[in-house]
Amino acid sequence: MSRSYYESNARARIAGLLDANSFHEWLPAEARVTSPHLATLEQPAAFDDGVVIGQGSIAGKNIFIAAQEGGFMGGAVGEVHGAKIVGVLERAVRDHPAAVLLLLETGGVRLQEANAGLIAVSEVMRAILSARAAGVPVVVVIGGQYGCFGGMGIAARCASAIIMSEEGRLGLSGPEVIETARGVEEYDARDRALVWRTVGGKHRYLIGECDAIVPDSMEAFQQAIMTCIENGDDWSLEALKQEHQLLNERVKRFGTCKDGRDIWRELGWADPISIAMMDNDEFVKAAQGHRTKNN
Amino acid sequence: MGWKSVVDQSFSSGHQVRQQGDLLTGEGRCGKQTVAVIGTTNHAEVGVELALAMAAAVLDVIRSHPARPIVFLVDTSGQRLRHRDEMLGLNGYMAHLAKCVEMARRRGHAIISLVYEQALSGGFLANGMMADVCAALPEAEIRVMGLPAMARVTRISEERLTELSMSSPVFAPGAKNYLKMGGLDELWEGDLSACLTDAMEHIDASDHRRKNGFERGGRMLADVVVKRVLASA
Repeated sequence: MSRSYYESNARARIAGLLDANSFHEWLPAEARVTSPHLATLEQPAAFDDGVVIGQGSIAGKNIFIAAQEGGFMGGAVGEVHGAKIVGVLERAVRDHPAAVLLLLETGGVRLQEANAGLIAVSEVMRAILSARAAGVPVVVVIGGQYGCFGGMGIAARCASAIIMSEEGRLGLSGPEVIETARGVEEYDARDRALVWRTVGGKHRYLIGECDAIVPDSMEAFQQAIMTCIENGDDWSLEALKQEHQLLNERVKRFGTCKDGRDIWRELGWADPISIAMMDNDEFVKAAQGHRTKNN
Repeated sequence: MGWKSVVDQSFSSGHQVRQQGDLLTGEGRCGKQTVAVIGTTNHAEVGVELALAMAAAVLDVIRSHPARPIVFLVDTSGQRLRHRDEMLGLNGYMAHLAKCVEMARRRGHAIISLVYEQALSGGFLANGMMADVCAALPEAEIRVMGLPAMARVTRISEERLTELSMSSPVFAPGAKNYLKMGGLDELWEGDLSACLTDAMEHIDASDHRRKNGFERGGRMLADVVVKRVLASA
């Protein structure tokens, strides 16, 4: 029986993805590195501040890892939480592991410490790019209940590659935020199918916002991670220019589309409604030639 | 302060900055140095087109003017809150802009940003906060969320948040709070041209924000935690 990534917590994900017994945690719960700001507001704290970090291996390759815990404040980024991720990335610049793995599950900045959180997200973005510039690939995995939103949605796209499952969601402003600001006519956050067509894994795969899509199992994610590491990274001006062209073409081609389905139709899917029903292998196969991506 | 006054005062030896919609592009003279100017105005909502246009401007500077410093003029009410922009992957466009800025830095362009009006959450991450020197006018509004909205989301009373914000810079809006937290390097007051010249003379391309946050007493843990991770057995 394969284990679900979606239904696992941060620690179970790390255990499920890394080689057995290879994980060594940095600043574990015993270290009691908690958020002082939550205490000030009389809010419950977590001994790991909602992110588990450390070192382990996948297929014997040295991996640094950070896993956000959606179960604690929706994985929101505060001062300590963010600094732990930055620490992992800066340590990667120093120690050159085979890759840094970021298991992201977050609504973005933790409002109780909003300024610290926003600056921390910015520091994470710069640290991701520093690791890449130092030749260490940074691979992001998104497949949890809370998705990856807010500034961390931007940070995710600063990484070398993103792996998602169909259940994963990736964006900047979450559906509730847009509905609150613009009304239910603009974006109905309770319409799960609409949300999925807007920020879900399959849509992100089809428009080239993620690099791989996998079924919701630890084995599948692990395979995809190894492939991403083997593929290496391309942090170059040339790659950025290519990305620029892709993003430019996307706006031109799909800028007037009203719904994800319109985009899929434009990509050559005769029956866009069928996409939701396809299993992962079937979908990936059918998507060949019907998605946009770099290279 | 309007962007025209900002460029007049910042580039007293001359400038050519154009506005197209919410986008500002052009160049200014700072002493003997020509700098590229890229920015937004009208409290711009940054959607996919605007993020892409700023990225194009950065790539253009990299291509046409190697090592020319880039000054970002920041005025944004945040990322565009539209279904359509989310569907197109606005986070990817923002990240692309951030990557272009990082690439410019690594190719020797000094990056300076000035928040002259507003800098709200997501719109600020992709350019202003990527700078080597991030400055603001003292009256500039910088925030993630205002206290009334924050009170609703966190279910902590606005009175309590207001009271706490008197002694803590950690969540309340305001340029001074960001300065104390290390998110801003400096406030520019008086002679903007002199401020810019001075900023260009102390470019530090490393991310020094958590160190500043510690030294200024506003963000005491970030730097300590990073160091502890680096030192962990």
